[in-house]
Amino acid sequence: MTSTTVAAGPVATADYSLDALERKAVAAQKRRHGIVIALRFLIFIVVVGAWEGAAAIGWIDPFFFGRPSGVGRQIWEWMTEGTSQGSLWVQMLVTIEETVLGFLIGSVAGIICGIALGRNRFLADIFSVYIKIANSIPRVVLGSIFIISLGLGMASKVALAVVMVFFVVFANAFQGVREADRAMIANAQILGASQWQLTTTVVIPSAMSWILASLHVSFGFALVGAVVGEFLGSKQGIGLLISTAQGAFNANGVFAAMIILAVMALVAEFFITLIEDRLVRWKPAPLNEPGA
Amino acid sequence: MPIVRAVSAANEVPAIEITGVTRRFLTPEGTFNTAMRDFSLTVRRGEFVCVVGPTGCGKSTTLNLVTGLISPSAGQVRVMGQPVGGIDRRVGFVFQSDALFPWRSVLDNVAAGPLYRGVPKAQAYDKARQWVARVGLGAYESLYPHQLSGGMRKRVALAQTFINEPEILLLDEPFSALDVQTRTVMQDELLELWSGTQASVVFVTHDLEEAVALADQVVVLTASPATVKKVHRIDLPRPRVMSEIRYEPQFVEIARRIWEDLREEVQIGQRSALAIAA
Repeated sequence: MTSTTVAAGPVATADYSLDALERKAVAAQKRRHGIVIALRFLIFIVVVGAWEGAAAIGWIDPFFFGRPSGVGRQIWEWMTEGTSQGSLWVQMLVTIEETVLGFLIGSVAGIICGIALGRNRFLADIFSVYIKIANSIPRVVLGSIFIISLGLGMASKVALAVVMVFFVVFANAFQGVREADRAMIANAQILGASQWQLTTTVVIPSAMSWILASLHVSFGFALVGAVVGEFLGSKQGIGLLISTAQGAFNANGVFAAMIILAVMALVAEFFITLIEDRLVRWKPAPLNEPGA
Repeated sequence: MPIVRAVSAANEVPAIEITGVTRRFLTPEGTFNTAMRDFSLTVRRGEFVCVVGPTGCGKSTTLNLVTGLISPSAGQVRVMGQPVGGIDRRVGFVFQSDALFPWRSVLDNVAAGPLYRGVPKAQAYDKARQWVARVGLGAYESLYPHQLSGGMRKRVALAQTFINEPEILLLDEPFSALDVQTRTVMQDELLELWSGTQASVVFVTHDLEEAVALADQVVVLTASPATVKKVHRIDLPRPRVMSEIRYEPQFVEIARRIWEDLREEVQIGQRSALAIAA
């Protein structure tokens, strides 16, 4: 637009320059986004390529450390031909079922106990010692006990997953209740809330962000519980797949199982984030959009 | 519409009667701390009382005694002639900090009181909508607190308290976090809302001008432990306009007189704070 009139000149120029600035900013942001994505791919290619290359040249022994192409082949083989213990999908389903059951039972119990103890100082003072003790035991060890008492079936894995999840969620729910703003609680009381209303409408919502944060972590723990349980003794599941591969000195098999677990964890993480976004819609959005 | 306020006659039962209250509490270090000593204060019905005093002298403790959130170690607190036992339904409280529920929208926040008190849902929301409109936030009723400015959040807090139609209204430095212009607007808003009720008010502040501008009586407290040092009557006519009243000669004269009292206590408070720090 070179043929603007003199009167409209300054205004048009100002508009134009602002517009240009905006377009520039948008372009810069897009470029940055593109670079980030490209660099992510680059890192993946470099790491996996280096691994594959080192294995091909003979710097590392693929027998002990596996190689990416072997891992890929192993996953493909499991998907198409099934594993030594049956279809891969059945193994995944078994592990998912144990994990989800353990996660649900453990987190519901953790939330209930955390809120109950968080709301009751007296109970909290009594139980705090035992919780500290229970929390300091490496809980994976309990897997052996569960296998002895509950057998090789699903129950022992679920039990281990529950134990893994419970304490994390419990500790967070407890802390969340304790951190609830005192002015807000006093406000609700003066407005007329009963103890029950106070718990359901003030304490639980304000502990919610703590609880949700713990759910992210604890799904991973539930998965660890289920897999370790399978590892210690089972008839089915990804954990058994790992222990079979280990017994056969199949490094690629171990890595392949690991990748399958990672995919399962990421999918679960996606769903938990979805639920979280739904529950905490009232929160201010972070200043910088993530993933830009 | 100007409402003629009739502050009750002397023979009527006062709204708040605090007599000879001492409040001691156990600190986490295991020592006893005296927050107030031999504290007496009477607030008559329909009266607006401001409490001023040096920082940390126990102004807020006074309010908490009236709500029933804490109880006195010695002495008595009576609300409408009855001893306080637990939280009184006739009391409303506006907090210094943001005590709104961040997960509830403006409308839900205002409706909280009636809902807690068992008013049917439709009725509670009808009333809440009226109050949201009264504080000028009708267009914002579905927003969450974090989307509002500090002044707007205070309006929500006022509506949340006034909707319960409290007979006794307690305010704990409610406007101290606001900028000066917003504060003046909110003071007018408060007087406007109050003029439509028969409520007795206790307003705690560290701002002497705010106290003089709002109150029928200004109570000056001593440095910790708190006792009443002096009570000043403020005979400025109502309705008052906050942005103008502070330039009237009478206002300046009263403020100066009260400041004489307050200054000594502030200095004592500062000295003891420095002594603790040293």
